[in-house]
Amino acid sequence: MAVELKDFYEKFRDPKTIKALSKAINQEAQKLDHPINIMEVCGGHTHTIMKYGLLQLLPKNIRFIHGPGCPVCIMPKERIDHAYILAMQEDVILCTLGDMIKVPGSRGSLQDARSKGADVRVVYSPLDVMKIAKENPTKKVIFFAIGFETTTPMTVALIENAMKQKISNILYHINHVTVPEVMRELIDSRDEHIDSYNNQIDAFLGPSHVSVITGSKIYEEFPTKYKRPVVVAGFEPVDVMEGVLMIIYQFLENRCEVEIQYKRSVNRNGNINAQKLIEKYFEKRELFKWRGLGNIPKSAWRLKDEYEHLDAEKLYELPKEEIEDHKLCICGDILRGMAKPTECQVFGTACTPQKPLGSCMVSSEGACAAYYKYGNLLQEVQ
Amino acid sequence: MCLSIPSKVVSIDQEKCTAIVDTLGVQREVGIDFIADEVKVGDFVLIHIGYAMNIIDEEYAKESIALYQEIIEKMEEAEKKQLINESDNCPGDGSGT
Ligand code: SF4
Ligand code: SF4
Repeated sequence: MAVELKDFYEKFRDPKTIKALSKAINQEAQKLDHPINIMEVCGGHTHTIMKYGLLQLLPKNIRFIHGPGCPVCIMPKERIDHAYILAMQEDVILCTLGDMIKVPGSRGSLQDARSKGADVRVVYSPLDVMKIAKENPTKKVIFFAIGFETTTPMTVALIENAMKQKISNILYHINHVTVPEVMRELIDSRDEHIDSYNNQIDAFLGPSHVSVITGSKIYEEFPTKYKRPVVVAGFEPVDVMEGVLMIIYQFLENRCEVEIQYKRSVNRNGNINAQKLIEKYFEKRELFKWRGLGNIPKSAWRLKDEYEHLDAEKLYELPKEEIEDHKLCICGDILRGMAKPTECQVFGTACTPQKPLGSCMVSSEGACAAYYKYGNLLQEVQ
Repeated sequence: MCLSIPSKVVSIDQEKCTAIVDTLGVQREVGIDFIADEVKVGDFVLIHIGYAMNIIDEEYAKESIALYQEIIEKMEEAEKKQLINESDNCPGDGSGT
């Protein structure tokens, strides 16, 4: 049997397979002596869970806790302000990816900047930034770079290729963040609250595409030091269901380890070329503020000092103060996995994807947006 | 932004470090900087924001598909038994427990 392209779409979304896995999960979960709370770190998983109605297929003792995994959701307002200020400069074209332009900062969103005349462009790939820079040699093109480990290599590929081609009018504002550090922070900070929140994280579903780059090795401290199993699972519904089953087996068999469900793309070591290129240009920040989660040590990258001539954060005067979120918005608790979007007072009323108050509603992978979009499915469960 | 779908490599331009890939009939050019030394025409790759990030291992893909088919077959037998024994009490349908 040869694998066809359509197999990747059909076989890993096949309702019969999902159903069969659901039965296996329900049978095995009966043998558990305590409920398992699984945090899906990444919004991609949240999206799959909501879109395919997977919550309905799980027994009551298997629960999902939605994690902080969306680069748009976790971007603090002050950094959106940076983007806004940069965009408003004369002679600047600000480029960024997708949903970022809708997120409100304290001065407005990038969309607002655009309506005031700023040249803000949404690119689908950093490769487009190069094109824009070539076409506009008299302008400074600033790439507002966002994303987890998955998108970090593309930013460094842009830096490297621009240098090779001697394109000197691209600058960077780097906001790349890393997953293991935030997982660690979530465990540490939640364990303090554990009496008040009966929703401890018992296991993690690791985002597959992060591990395509980093390998599964980045999670090895979680079973050993924190006694939490991690299963690196793909984004198709069948992948998520199999990932859940693998976690249940670990508990039943008294194992606690890093396992890979998504073997078709992930191994222990990841893409070494990409990792080397990142280390060539980037180093870890001492601290980075995550929206709703606060400062987390070593959880983000910045350009090394030797490339500061490319670093928009250093070349422009940008405010340093931290900015609080809207009082009613509970994105922080949601990103910590301590509240569901439906618990927010303004969910679906004052806050909708058309007019978002907080970033969890802006990003299409944010938990609030996923609940808003697929909420009907959820009501059937509750 | 990281939710890429698999694509098939149609042609490779080693000079430019790019490839043409086919995603369900739509063809586009992507960067192959991170896998240039191993990628071949006909490979399945994952694309994230304009770059091919890795080659999907067909053996493992086949293995999982086969495994799932096995589960379905097994389940179908169990399903039959269950239908007879406990008719409408399947928690997987959301009606039980
Ligand atoms: S962009 Fe989407 S897929 Fe990528 S890390 Fe964020 S939530 Fe996950
Ligand atoms: S519904 Fe809106 S305001 Fe409430 S937590 Fe979600 S994003 Fe924030």
